[in-house]
Amino acid sequence: MAATDIKRYAELSVESADIRPHESTWQRVRRSGSVRLGGGVIALLILIAIAAPWLGTVDPTMFDAGSRDLVPGKTGEMMTDEGDLVKHTFWFGSDSLGRDIYSRVIYGTRVSLFVGLVTALVSLVIGILFGLVAGYIRWLDGMIMRVMDGIMAIPAILIAIALVAMWRASLTTVIIAIAIPEIPRVTRLVRSLVLTIREEPYVEAAISLGSSTPKIMFSHILPNTIAPLVVQGTFICASAILIESILSFLGVGLPPEIPTWGNIMAEGRIQFVSYPHNVFIPGVFLTITVLAVNILGDGLRDTLDPKMAKRL
Amino acid sequence: MTTPSRGSGPVLDVRDLTIALPSGGDRKEAVSEVSFSVERGEILCLVGESGSGKSVIAQAVMGLLPNTLPVTKGQMLLDGEDVAKVTTERLRQLRATRMSMVFQEPMTALNPVMRCGDQIDEVLREHTALGPAERRRKILDTVREVALPDPERIVQSYPHQLSGGQRQRIMIAMALVLEPALLIADEPTTALDVTTQAQILELIKNLQARHGMGVLFITHDFGVVAEIARRVAVLRLGRLVETGDKDAVLKRPRHDYTIMLMGAVPDLKPHGRPIAPDQPIVLQTKKLEKTYADRGWFSARRVVHAAADVSLEVRRGQTLGIVGESGSGKSTVARCIVRLIDPSGGEVFIHGEEIAHRSHRALRPLRRKVQIVFQDPYRSLNPRRTVGEAIIEGPVNYGLSRAEAFERARRLMDLVRMDAAALERYPHQFSGGQRQRICIARALAMEPELLIADEAVSALDVSVQAQVLELLEEIRERLNLAMLFITHDLRVAAQVCDHVAVMSQGRVVEYGPANEVFVSPQHAYTKALFAAAPGRDFAFGRA
Amino acid sequence: MYQFIARRLLSTIPVLVIVAVLVFLLLRLTPGDPAAILAGDAASTQQIEEIRETLGLDRPLPVQFAIWVGQLLQGDLGESYYYKVRVTELIAQRLEPTMSLAALTIVIAILVAVPLGVVAAWRFGGWFDRFLMGFSVFGFSVPVFVLGYLLVWLASLKLGWFPVQGYKPIANGFGPFLHHLVLPAITLSVIYIALLARVTRASVLEALGEDYIRTARAKGLAESRVLISHALANAAVPIVTIIGIGIALLIGGVVVTESVYAIPGLGRLTVDAVLSRDFPTIQGVILFFSFIYVVVNLLVDLSYVFLDPRIRY
Repeated sequence: MAATDIKRYAELSVESADIRPHESTWQRVRRSGSVRLGGGVIALLILIAIAAPWLGTVDPTMFDAGSRDLVPGKTGEMMTDEGDLVKHTFWFGSDSLGRDIYSRVIYGTRVSLFVGLVTALVSLVIGILFGLVAGYIRWLDGMIMRVMDGIMAIPAILIAIALVAMWRASLTTVIIAIAIPEIPRVTRLVRSLVLTIREEPYVEAAISLGSSTPKIMFSHILPNTIAPLVVQGTFICASAILIESILSFLGVGLPPEIPTWGNIMAEGRIQFVSYPHNVFIPGVFLTITVLAVNILGDGLRDTLDPKMAKRL
Repeated sequence: MTTPSRGSGPVLDVRDLTIALPSGGDRKEAVSEVSFSVERGEILCLVGESGSGKSVIAQAVMGLLPNTLPVTKGQMLLDGEDVAKVTTERLRQLRATRMSMVFQEPMTALNPVMRCGDQIDEVLREHTALGPAERRRKILDTVREVALPDPERIVQSYPHQLSGGQRQRIMIAMALVLEPALLIADEPTTALDVTTQAQILELIKNLQARHGMGVLFITHDFGVVAEIARRVAVLRLGRLVETGDKDAVLKRPRHDYTIMLMGAVPDLKPHGRPIAPDQPIVLQTKKLEKTYADRGWFSARRVVHAAADVSLEVRRGQTLGIVGESGSGKSTVARCIVRLIDPSGGEVFIHGEEIAHRSHRALRPLRRKVQIVFQDPYRSLNPRRTVGEAIIEGPVNYGLSRAEAFERARRLMDLVRMDAAALERYPHQFSGGQRQRICIARALAMEPELLIADEAVSALDVSVQAQVLELLEEIRERLNLAMLFITHDLRVAAQVCDHVAVMSQGRVVEYGPANEVFVSPQHAYTKALFAAAPGRDFAFGRA
Repeated sequence: MYQFIARRLLSTIPVLVIVAVLVFLLLRLTPGDPAAILAGDAASTQQIEEIRETLGLDRPLPVQFAIWVGQLLQGDLGESYYYKVRVTELIAQRLEPTMSLAALTIVIAILVAVPLGVVAAWRFGGWFDRFLMGFSVFGFSVPVFVLGYLLVWLASLKLGWFPVQGYKPIANGFGPFLHHLVLPAITLSVIYIALLARVTRASVLEALGEDYIRTARAKGLAESRVLISHALANAAVPIVTIIGIGIALLIGGVVVTESVYAIPGLGRLTVDAVLSRDFPTIQGVILFFSFIYVVVNLLVDLSYVFLDPRIRY
């Protein structure tokens, strides 16, 4: 038929430009420039986070009254816990308490990546559960979705700030506080996927083949939701890293002695006019990290979920 | 109105037209060295199955092809001017003034957020210097000419407020308001119901005669060709296989492909096989009913009867056809019988056991007796599971071991004439016709007693359709199955059914043996429906 | 149409109720004694008891909620622990800077993002499209406060074009008001532009793939007309929708931006309230922001009636 005709050619022309026939999804993902760039940078950051103690760092929480407010590249002396004086180059300078910013930035990688990853996992798992229930058990649907609408009506940062303020900030509370406002988005996504897929003729065929509801859910519906969920997961990860740094920056996040990029900036903003690098250096790390995660997410979306790629 | 004329040659002369496909496609060219012409005052039908390139040619003439499909060779002379060579600006001027196009989907081809009158007005504002009053008069004239009632109201309407047929009339009005010399109609009636289709075909024929323009009419439906064409050009995989007068091509085809196509067009006369008497009843519905109710807080409850008072029966080894236009409720009945939706009232018996109101748990043992094949072969199989997994899913649910189920799947692949190696592969590696065979095998794996085919051949090309119909017929005979065949296509129904039920607006208006219903319909709706079937009196050439 | 409006109005009620419940539970379900949390570390037992009494924390939860909602409905958000004034008054005082900042940001974002998105969709896959997509990923990734400090450092400290920080009320003259507001608004608009440009591009792109665009081209219309009265007109609903949803992002950004630029608005108030554990104020501000969000999205939904004639149910 005519319309299918032209669309077939249009698809052929699009596909052949970018997608080789019979190439598996995984091969396509690996060939994507965005995935390689984003994934590469993230791999490097993970390596930095793991190897932090061996990258010429000192204890990131150590004060040294003798080396306050140093500009980047300056060499000074630091007193270790044992009381020895060692020569140390402050590559990124030091803050007003004499802590080595380079060490704090390197160790800060750990916090950011951990918070991003765990938040994404937590909100995905909980969101998938609620989404499946809402999409499959009709009488619970209305109730769950109203609550989700309510949570979504409160701006995410406000929920996070309020929860952290109530609970006293720790790694766990920060992660939970950031995850809660993300859950409704995952729930909505999963629910809409379930509702769309269960209308597909192949699911109806499975019903008439006598397959049970759990079997249909796990062998027909869930596998077809993985791609959009992976994509959503990376975007949650990026936003979690951002929100964590905002919490620290505003002074309501993790305690100030813990080296996080937000905390370094919060400390540095007081002397911003004289020492802007205290804000900019962690800022650059933060931006690069979030950028890498977002680029990875874009690449995954384009290759795993081409339909969604055109939409956003 | 005057006949647009310029020069005396053909309105459109296509010579050696070649359009490239991007590398990686299934062939190198979408269209290869195609030549034909459309004379003044004639309708030329360009026919072909999917992938034949007929739509690509139409869009090439209008200059609407994407850059990925470039014209690499040949000429397209519109009144002697080669539209393949003109500037974009000139092309824009030619559109709507010298050539116009009507598309397949009236539902999507009009801008949903703009009033119909304004959409016609755009053409006048772009191409003429007429003042508002003159434009308005011209718009109303044109709307009147395409026989739309109450033009004043129609021009104020948004597309969604009109029916499919009315929208297609708006499209035609828009195309003809500046009286172009060439009208390209790309499957303009394919998305319409058969009665509406008949009216639109009539309208195009009349307008063509009155204005003397040339019409390039693209279709896949030979009934429509028989109805409207003066000459016919047959395309296959981008190449022209046969051109000639309608009667010559349709009645005395010369090329093997055309001969095969003509043989595949189902006849409107019922097949006339004897119906075996005294077979046990497999399916019986009594006053089956499905209603949908709007639960509005403010509006009065609006109740829609999707199906009402449907009483049917199918006996072993027989085929009951349900025919009707879209929205007649024929699919609703099928889905109620399979219990994909729950009936609101009435009863359904499978071998005497009532199933309409059983709980899903109590229904389970009976599910396997009724199986269904759907319309869309591209969405009927889970893209992430192999064909083998799809076929064994049902039998395994009912306790067969995987090994036994695979053994059965292999036998079934043989039955539907596919290679057993297909079991290891994924659905996207198969064509539409092959997928439909797989779906049939999946249904048969349950060893059902009733097979429901819900528009199962409607999405297929005519040649593939003929093969699948033949397969279904053979299976019904060999397995002595009862079959419920749902279709909007009267030709297909005539070839397949022993009994026919005609549905309209949720009700069965006529029900009886196919021979009687087709030969001497009693109900006014059935008569109108049959009278609208395109090419009903035309005898296609059989090999 | 009136039915649609009435239905939509009613449907905001459950959302507002749930927001109220959530905000209410925020304190009550916190592990530990809420009164002790509110009183702070240095509080005496007597002070804690006082708080328990005034908030009615010793009564059953539903009773507490009923009392609290009753006060809410009278427009009473309680009294700030820290500032010792009514929270409603506090919000009213801080409203102008925040509203001005938000309004200017939205105007900048729409004026910049929509044309960019349309052009990118029109030239899909071209250099401009790729540039815009690249910019939008960057816009999503750079934290508002990093961007804020970068702009302060560049435009204020190095170039001296704008004041470093602070806010001038509009009553002091429009010139100084705008002069102080431009930099924060640009800072805040970047993420909004990124979002809006992406959605505009995607929805226009989707519209451009529709059959009616082919019809419009077949009519011989000029490309600009095809783009604006056909593609953009049909993309309007998703674009307006994202403007509404983006308000949540904007509110989050306001909190940070006001901190960076020392603007005495609601965002600043939120942070101060959290730092001083001023619970009635926290509750009040969250309720207020959520209310704004719900109302804006209500207005967005109602605008569909004008943007898409098919929505009349």
